Amino acid sequence: MTRSDTNAVEVRGLVKHYGATKALDGVDLDVREGTVLGVLGPNGAGKTTLVRCLSTLIVPDAGTARVAGYDVVRQPRQLRRTIGLTGQYASVDEKLSGWENLYMIGRLLDLSRKDARRRADEMLERFSLTEAAKRPVMTYSGGMRRRLDLAASMIGRPAVLYLDEPTTGLDPRTRNEVWDEVQRMVAEGVTVLLTTQYMEEAERLAHELTVIDRGRVIAGGGVDELKAKVGGRTLRIRPVDPGHLPAMARALDDSGLTGVAGVTVVPDEGLLNVPILSDEQLTAVIGVLAARGFGIAHIDTHLPSLDEVFLAITGEKTSSAESDTIPEEVAA
Amino acid sequence: MSAVTTTAPSEGRIGLRANARHIGALVRRNALQIKQDPESMFDAVLMPVIFILLFVYVFGGAIAGKGNQEDYVNYVTPGLMAMMGINIAMAVGTGVNDDFKKGVMDRFRTMPIARSSVLLAKIVVEVGRMLIATTILLGMGFLLGMEIKTSLLDLLAAVGLSVVFGASLMWIFILLGLTMKTAQAVQGVAMLVLMPLQFGSSIFAPPTSMPGWLETFTDYNPLSNLADAARNLINGGPVAHSVWMTLAWAAGITLVTAPLAVARFRKKT
Repeated sequence: MTRSDTNAVEVRGLVKHYGATKALDGVDLDVREGTVLGVLGPNGAGKTTLVRCLSTLIVPDAGTARVAGYDVVRQPRQLRRTIGLTGQYASVDEKLSGWENLYMIGRLLDLSRKDARRRADEMLERFSLTEAAKRPVMTYSGGMRRRLDLAASMIGRPAVLYLDEPTTGLDPRTRNEVWDEVQRMVAEGVTVLLTTQYMEEAERLAHELTVIDRGRVIAGGGVDELKAKVGGRTLRIRPVDPGHLPAMARALDDSGLTGVAGVTVVPDEGLLNVPILSDEQLTAVIGVLAARGFGIAHIDTHLPSLDEVFLAITGEKTSSAESDTIPEEVAA
Repeated sequence: MSAVTTTAPSEGRIGLRANARHIGALVRRNALQIKQDPESMFDAVLMPVIFILLFVYVFGGAIAGKGNQEDYVNYVTPGLMAMMGINIAMAVGTGVNDDFKKGVMDRFRTMPIARSSVLLAKIVVEVGRMLIATTILLGMGFLLGMEIKTSLLDLLAAVGLSVVFGASLMWIFILLGLTMKTAQAVQGVAMLVLMPLQFGSSIFAPPTSMPGWLETFTDYNPLSNLADAARNLINGGPVAHSVWMTLAWAAGITLVTAPLAVARFRKKT
């Protein structure tokens, strides 16, 4: 496979309408080979439609998309050999065991019986599902299903993997497991297009981000650029004595720590909110407070929510609240 | 990159052997589903038993005369063979509709396999279920006194003919299953179409006993052709016309609805 550039995915002016609804309204994006692009957006932004176009499940109305050098409309057969898809809903057969699912997929990918058996064992081992191999998938937990789904997508060693909200509906521990697996796959050289509603997930996995809303790209760039744009993290500090809150805020304002601006006090919760851009600032803030002898009972950091990101980018709240009628997945 | 070898050509066309392998893998999937959920075989196993008992003992006396139930067994069993095939074919529609609601269909459709192979695998499995239902039906028929008046070969020809016709009907139901929104709707429409076709035929009673307009309808009803063909193959009698008509119907239905169903499957989003 020879390619003139190093983009594994190139999307230009992609449009998909469902009646009057513009699910995709001219989307452009690139995913560099071997990296993760996070596509961030609220429900109904067009994320799933984008993934379905790129995985040949639906045909776009206009625009072009090339994946691993193949055109999604004109070369769907070749393209299907190079992609893997893990959706919001587990795309494995519930009534079959985990092993049978993987074996079937191996056979559908033209592996010999022997190779398909070996690959199924290998993938179960790798995704820590060996013990559950013979059980029907319907007895699996949510996290096990998602892992099996990832394993199923990896049987054919895809060059490009689409993950459509891979951790929606999972508990935090399971979410971490899935993230670890995705990072391992990326380390092995797989290019990933990840859609998500969670800033935290995007920050953890993505090299670059594209924010979409109502079928359009509204912001894009590196994770750090976008974070700088939306103000990075917020450090939340709870002093031992809530009476110290005003004095602490003053101390920080006076300290002249660059970037530590807009310290706010939340008296009701006994909290001090300090926006920070880096770990160094975090250390410096704690240093200032400690040097002045303020007792700290609790600290944590908080990433901006999708809502806050949208507010920072567009000055508007996410569109999902007002446009619940835009179907993320239009039922056929 | 690895020791695992793929045998398919890289330009994307799917060869016949690869196609057969894909269908095989999908048939295995369907068979494993049945193993996991044996209740799904109830229709194929119980329907023939219940229907033959009902028709022979409830209607048999009325149709053939009290005490002549055993004559009616030879009349109705070949007819029921035709009906079994149709009822099982109907289940394909609801099955396909159900399947589509599951994520696994998305996976199949993003894989480098011919999209028709998913449908063909379904048909292979349903033909298997049809053969099981027919075997049970014939077993019951023999228990109730049915006799083969021709030869075993003719009996097998009758079974083969009903399977071929049933398989052609499956395409109609697959098309319905892909078009309608819910499995219940598929079943509703299918029943509506099938009831008049099944009862307005020579399956249960000789059309000569019916009013003229209905007799004419039964003459053109493909289910009559199939029932007559199966009956005359087993009991002896002229078969050429009904066999050819049945085969012509099966070919016609398949040629029209199979491409439509595959196209519909491709476009489904």
